[in-house]
Amino acid sequence: MVIYGVALLAGCMLAGLIIGDVLGQLLGIDSNLGGVGIAMLLLIFVTGCLKDRDKLPETTESGINFWNAMYIPIVVAMAASQNVAAAFSGGMVAILAGVLSVVLGLALVPVLTGKKTDDASPLESTPTAPSGH
Amino acid sequence: MNDSIVSLVDKYHLIAAFAVIGLTMYVAYWLSRHLTAGRLHGSAIAIIIGLVLAYIGGVSTGGSKGLSDVTLFSGLGLMGGGMLRDLAIIATAYGVRLHEIKKAGLRGVIALFLGVLVSFVAGAAVAIGFGYTDPVDITTIAAGAVTYIVGPVTGATLGASSEVIALSIAAGLVKSILTMIATPMTAKLIGLDNPRSAMIFGGLIGTTSGVAAGLAATDARLVPYGAMTATFYTGLGILLAPTVLFLAVRTIF
Repeated sequence: MVIYGVALLAGCMLAGLIIGDVLGQLLGIDSNLGGVGIAMLLLIFVTGCLKDRDKLPETTESGINFWNAMYIPIVVAMAASQNVAAAFSGGMVAILAGVLSVVLGLALVPVLTGKKTDDASPLESTPTAPSGH
Repeated sequence: MNDSIVSLVDKYHLIAAFAVIGLTMYVAYWLSRHLTAGRLHGSAIAIIIGLVLAYIGGVSTGGSKGLSDVTLFSGLGLMGGGMLRDLAIIATAYGVRLHEIKKAGLRGVIALFLGVLVSFVAGAAVAIGFGYTDPVDITTIAAGAVTYIVGPVTGATLGASSEVIALSIAAGLVKSILTMIATPMTAKLIGLDNPRSAMIFGGLIGTTSGVAAGLAATDARLVPYGAMTATFYTGLGILLAPTVLFLAVRTIF
């Protein structure tokens, strides 16, 4: 059933968030430390196990795939609810600090990625052709 | 008649948001195909349209949630809010191979620490350049350049003034929005086309909404890798900024 997939996804999310919360509390910070990332690892692990045992029918999969496919529309909704006006009204200090951190961050990506090896080779087949110019 | 339609749309706000976003996606992909011949990806255009609408919404209502402050579009806040966004991010991990993550794991962790440090130093340098001398102010603005959550949390911990906290939030917002726009434009230049560089990118930039949208506009298949590391970034920033990094700033000033 489709709901099994959605429930599996929800279960991984809750478990990950709880672990992230506990991690945050252990370190004494008022924040969730990597809960979403932990939930992602849980989902990869659990679905991997279920697949190996042939316990992941297509209908269950479609419950996860629906939310996967909703990702970009949700991100567009997120963009539409950002506080863009405040970002521009912060003045030059805020704009320069933000711009500089992005420029330095982007510039360091190739430095840390290093030489191209098999794990740094482009993903094959491009159904969603990357843009850029 | 008009009133009843408005109240109906307001009542079914999430459903209205689905329709509005669906229409936005259609327009964006149409523009991508016919105006840019597919060079600028449809999702990149959709995100830019979203940001423009957010700006218009923010300016016209004076609220803090972009277009979702307009009654008719209040469902956008729920649809694009943290809960559904995180659910969808987690769902993108389905089908990711664990060995790709393991191979890039160490570099991802290095990228995380370096990313927080570099953003903090960049923010601190700008703050000092603009004449701030109080270590609390410098640290708060610098923490804002990490993410717009790290800034106010750090500021509150250190007892910064509300103007400085507002500045730090603005710095984080600029970072997040610029990441959404600059990532697809620079992706080729920085080799952002594989799982390893996506994990490093997520660790270096870290601001979840920026990374999530930036990668979506570049190549949706890279999203889980970048999101995986980025999700640790804000927590790490909150851990380091008010403690180690603040002490470092105070030693210098």
